[in-house]
Amino acid sequence: MPDKILKGKAFKFGDNISTDHIIPGKYAHLRSDLPELAKHVMEDADSTFIKKVKPGDFIVAGRNFGLGSSREHAALVIKMAGVSAILAKSIARIFFRNAINQGLPVLLCDTDKIDAGDKIEVNLTTGVVTDLTNGAKLTFGKIPKVMLDILSQGGLVPYITKHGDFEV
Amino acid sequence: MRKTLSEKILSEKSGTDVRAGDIVIAPIDLAFVQDTTGPLTIRQFKEVKHGRLANPQRTAIFLDHAIPSPNRELSNDHKFLRRFADETDCLIFEGGSGICHQLVAEIFANPGDIIVGADSHTVTAGGLGAFATGMGSSDIAITFALGKTWFRVPETFKISLSGRFQKWVDAKDLVLHLIGALGADGATYKALEFNGDTVANMTISQRLTVANMAVEAGAKVGIFPSDNVTQRYLAAQGRGNKYRALRPDADADYERSVIVNVSELEPMVAMPHTVDNVAPVNMVAGTKIYQVFIGTCTNGRLEDLAIAAAILKRKKRHPSVRLIVAPASQQILTKAMRIGYIQVLAAAGAVILPPGCAACLGLHQGVLGDKEVCLSTANRNFKGRMGNPEASIYLASPATAAASALTGEITDPRKVT
Repeated sequence: MPDKILKGKAFKFGDNISTDHIIPGKYAHLRSDLPELAKHVMEDADSTFIKKVKPGDFIVAGRNFGLGSSREHAALVIKMAGVSAILAKSIARIFFRNAINQGLPVLLCDTDKIDAGDKIEVNLTTGVVTDLTNGAKLTFGKIPKVMLDILSQGGLVPYITKHGDFEV
Repeated sequence: MRKTLSEKILSEKSGTDVRAGDIVIAPIDLAFVQDTTGPLTIRQFKEVKHGRLANPQRTAIFLDHAIPSPNRELSNDHKFLRRFADETDCLIFEGGSGICHQLVAEIFANPGDIIVGADSHTVTAGGLGAFATGMGSSDIAITFALGKTWFRVPETFKISLSGRFQKWVDAKDLVLHLIGALGADGATYKALEFNGDTVANMTISQRLTVANMAVEAGAKVGIFPSDNVTQRYLAAQGRGNKYRALRPDADADYERSVIVNVSELEPMVAMPHTVDNVAPVNMVAGTKIYQVFIGTCTNGRLEDLAIAAAILKRKKRHPSVRLIVAPASQQILTKAMRIGYIQVLAAAGAVILPPGCAACLGLHQGVLGDKEVCLSTANRNFKGRMGNPEASIYLASPATAAASALTGEITDPRKVT
């Protein structure tokens, strides 16, 4: 099987980017209108993000990305913006599961080595992140098998629809 | 043997002998959604082929975040959820019944149960000895369909509590102190397990407050052993037969041990914009505030209203402060009216809101203006949390909130009582 490779530009964020930064509670009335909701992705962290992000790009964050609410809409609107993966030093627990369940890879690595705007290449098969701009090479932590299987099916709902049950 | 509470519960439920780090599949005693996570969950549930509710009577919908509905879109979401409950015969709690986590405590949670909810503060039920955790919509949709889900068995931090709370120092001050010490990601993926001499003297209301905020240190669960306090609470709620004694093994393996002498605690606040940005109230005393909010799944219980009423009795809120009070459930509202707390708070100038999440998450009922500062008894102070990224939120106990409502600035409750 060929290596699964993602390429795009790095959008950098700091520590403790909460689900309220990603998609605040005040937009709860748009949660049944996802295209409209997605226009507000990352609004309270960087209001220009939605205008600049292109399909394939990466969110590159510090510690504890996605802390706070269980709203899966946070992972969903990031995916809808075209982001191909989230790289962070650490990820809050519920957000981690939500991202995987949406088929959005979340990769733990030392994101200090990546600068804003750098071109990034992620090899999901080998677990290596290459910063094509500054040459840095990083490895990301192991993802549990159950999560890899869910990710490879594009999310939890397609996974269960295919298998009918968990295969752990 | 040698098991933590989480290992015990997950072993028992999965029928396998599990340890921290193992992946298990376990049946679920209660799976629930609320009105802002429910619609996505149900749409995902409908995508699962042949999806039928595994256990309609262990599946619940709570309308609590946006009640009464502030707009047409959310009203239509509520309609969608009611229709689903009609079609599937699952349980539904109409707006005004109360906040999901409070109703789970009052009606459902028992020691040893596994509870999952599409709301991060599902951890609250750990106060009754349940393994309770928040998940996203996909996970809950699949749990609705299968009646089970997968867990990674968490490593556990043992939080040993000793001593007695000083007057006007309470569970909220303890948990803020703890989050400050651990950090907002200090317990990510871990279980916080509480024990020590203090626990026996803590009411269920206090335990629920502490368990509720475990997630603010990143934890998967915050869990208390069960004891005769738990037993009395369950009996009072009409399910004394559901009590069972649940304790960790004396030789259980803990990843880390944290000791807190609660006698040494003073009133605490979390300063903007993270919950671990914690300091003693005295450090920020005098900060001007515009709104005080007493309520939420953290501090909207009867004991919290009793404390606020004791401080505000025969007094008035400061003229430049709006005071908002939202009891956490109908049961609490009714009792607080019978005892007279609501009358005291209303006479002090409080706006009394219906049981629900109210101003906590910035949807309605107390959205802040630009540059305004709120002192809240809630669990989160993230930028934008109360509907405005230009506003600031301090988190504190009901006593500190009530004292500050009197003076118009952040105030140590020991100074006004």
